Amino acid sequence: MAEVCAVIASTHHPFYYRTSTMPVEERPPFAAEWIAKIESFRETLTAARPDVLVMVGSDHFHQLWLDNMPQFLVGKAPFFDANFHNEEREFGLPKMRLAGQEELAAHLLRDGLDRDFDLAFSNELRIDHSITCPIITLRPEADLPIVPVYTNIFAPPLPQPRRFVALGKAIREMVESWESDLRVAIIGTGHLSLELGGPRQFGPTGPDPVFDRRAVDWIAHGDVAGCLAEVSLESLHAPGNATHGFMDFMLMMGVAGEGVRADFVETVDLFHTMEAYFTWYPGGDPR
Amino acid sequence: MSKYLLDKFLFSVDRDPELTERYREDPVELVAWWERELSGSLFNCIPHEKTTWLAFDDEERRALREHDHVALFAMGAHPFLTLTLFIALFERDHGPMEYQLAYARALDHVAQPYPDIST
Repeated sequence: MAEVCAVIASTHHPFYYRTSTMPVEERPPFAAEWIAKIESFRETLTAARPDVLVMVGSDHFHQLWLDNMPQFLVGKAPFFDANFHNEEREFGLPKMRLAGQEELAAHLLRDGLDRDFDLAFSNELRIDHSITCPIITLRPEADLPIVPVYTNIFAPPLPQPRRFVALGKAIREMVESWESDLRVAIIGTGHLSLELGGPRQFGPTGPDPVFDRRAVDWIAHGDVAGCLAEVSLESLHAPGNATHGFMDFMLMMGVAGEGVRADFVETVDLFHTMEAYFTWYPGGDPR
Repeated sequence: MSKYLLDKFLFSVDRDPELTERYREDPVELVAWWERELSGSLFNCIPHEKTTWLAFDDEERRALREHDHVALFAMGAHPFLTLTLFIALFERDHGPMEYQLAYARALDHVAQPYPDIST
């Protein structure tokens, strides 16, 4: 059976690429600390020696649209082109192309449907920065095949937080039941408190630093029950109007397991957001 | 009122660089053209399969013509779509982060809960 060699949860800041590739003398003052922490984070994936990456993210109204909106979707294709015109325009992200792992995608779809997750699928999916940002931060060679899993954290009505946790738990079990000797890392990205297009956007910190600290604590300690007891679709409006992206972190807590402490925890306070990075090693820390 | 159609406008103009520039240069013309030619397009279907019942109301049309992001927010247009498109329209006229912060200040009067963005 396949081995889950690492579980990784991360924020996806679209400006990391631009910040880390501009000439050193032009970089903002926070760049050096941010880049150093990302490089440490990257080491946690490298040490796990993955063969395949399951990538959990969310399309930001790029390909998926309100005339036909899936709640959870698995990409099954030999390749995935990546990044959209407006991401090049606003964030300076490059065009990319990643290979797909169709056998694992087919397994997740079949097994997921049989576990009562009515997963949508796409055979021609262009992926956006929710998946390319962690490729850029964690595996800039972009040399491993992926299985993208998209969640709807963006276009209400949204699934309940408990469904994100349950899907994460199922993804873990499904990967571990895949008849393969490959090493799979499961990587998911979301947000802590975040405001986009509202009065609290682009402040000196994330819109709700208190929520951010509590969220980091829930994730770092694998406190799924505590998190589920306090987080609801309604409550997530208060920390910032784009905070429903936190549910992708909750999905990753489901992957990592109840009560399982992260082996690596790092945060960076930037203007506008707190960035947070977590790695779990189900088979023991290889570092 | 159609939050969906507002979102469809923002989505389709933001993703197409030619439409983005036309919306910046002549919003009255672009909004009229878009409502006539694109509002009924089903993106996954051939042009013949037009939706027959979508239209803006007067206030929606006014907000779009006047680049009024505050009114769009109040109507429940998706804030991510509005922000992304308006950054494309106007960031170039300002210093770093200046436009984004002014955009936020224009919404300072908004209290929680924010307008419902469900479609």
